[in-house]
Amino acid sequence: MSDTKTSSVAGSPQAPVSKGVSRRDFLNEITMGALGVAGLGSVAVTYQYFSPNVLFEPATTFRAGNPDLYPVHSVTFLQDQQVYIVRMPEGFYAVSAVCTHLGCITQWKPDADMIACPCHGSKFRSDGAKIEGPAPRPLPHFAISLTADGELLVDKLQIIRASQVLKV
Amino acid sequence: MASSFESALHALRETRVWKSVFRRGPANTNRTRSLAIFGNLFLHWMPVKIREKSLRVRASYYLGSISFILFTVLLVTGILLMFYYHPAAPHAYRDMKDLQFVVSNGVFLRNLHRLAAHLMVFAVFWHMFHVFYRGGYKPPHEFNWVVGVVLLLVTLFLSYTGYLLPWDQLAFWAVTVGTNIISAMPLIGHKVRFLLLGGNIVGENALLRFYVLHVVILPLAAFVLIGIHFWRVQKDGGLTVKPRDEDGNE
Repeated sequence: MSDTKTSSVAGSPQAPVSKGVSRRDFLNEITMGALGVAGLGSVAVTYQYFSPNVLFEPATTFRAGNPDLYPVHSVTFLQDQQVYIVRMPEGFYAVSAVCTHLGCITQWKPDADMIACPCHGSKFRSDGAKIEGPAPRPLPHFAISLTADGELLVDKLQIIRASQVLKV
Repeated sequence: MASSFESALHALRETRVWKSVFRRGPANTNRTRSLAIFGNLFLHWMPVKIREKSLRVRASYYLGSISFILFTVLLVTGILLMFYYHPAAPHAYRDMKDLQFVVSNGVFLRNLHRLAAHLMVFAVFWHMFHVFYRGGYKPPHEFNWVVGVVLLLVTLFLSYTGYLLPWDQLAFWAVTVGTNIISAMPLIGHKVRFLLLGGNIVGENALLRFYVLHVVILPLAAFVLIGIHFWRVQKDGGLTVKPRDEDGNE
């Protein structure tokens, strides 16, 4: 700071003696730098502000009741959780009811033995495998386990392979 | 009768208040007519002189003006609808139904808002096609063409955000589907959807966010961009008039 001051005082306006930055350029750079940092900071805090920390949405982990509630060869739609609890002779699995195309809620059609989407006509088997599009992917399977007191527990944040089945 | 009205008008123009508002004399010369435009905030972006052929219906079909009039209708009806609408999940649908069946003239305002919104999308698209086929995007109009494209996007986004507000099944699934399309964007898609909805599902937060976008942010953006758009039409030398219009036939 003192360097620039001396040089600008000593040098004539036409020919600056020092090769260093002039006071005006220095202050301009400092100011623009500070504004830039403040601007980036305000973008960051605005982004944080717009990302809610607490959501009042249905819990992603839920109990689906006693396994005996579900007969073998059954597909049960849980409306609140948007999940099918499927029980087959080989065991239980939890299939998402949200269509992988654009997020509509599919419906289990027992007569046709398939899961169908009302929005754009995607069709899936009861294990979530895709029969026909426009859905790009099969319906995902959620992690399903038994609690200590013997109830089914589904975790919608954990996607598992379709071959993983809960044997009860 | 007419003469007494004229003399009253003349007397009014001589008052100090009138002269302080309109600092020019009567617009009876080319100079004072120009000053009438320049000196008025609401007219200053209008051209002082205009070629007769650019006023012909075929030069523009007045599509930009029609879009602007529809925007004004939407602004007025939208503000009136806001007096009865709560952007919260327990109220939104019932408020919309109240507007239809309980509030005096509510159904008229709601339908006017809805109809004007549909027409505005139509008019803005037609305006864009007309300008495009006229070559209105060519120099020196490139910048205004880009402003126009942004205005088209703002119009569509206004339409889309307004679609959620009735909070019925149609609105819910349209926004579910639409925001899932957004999440197909590479890398940032899911984050953009999360920020837009204020969560992972179309719920309370989504309704409020769409409401704020619909009634404050997007109209404000549209208002500023429309100002620039109109101003640039004049600064870029008026409408694009095809050379063959010079002879008065096409």
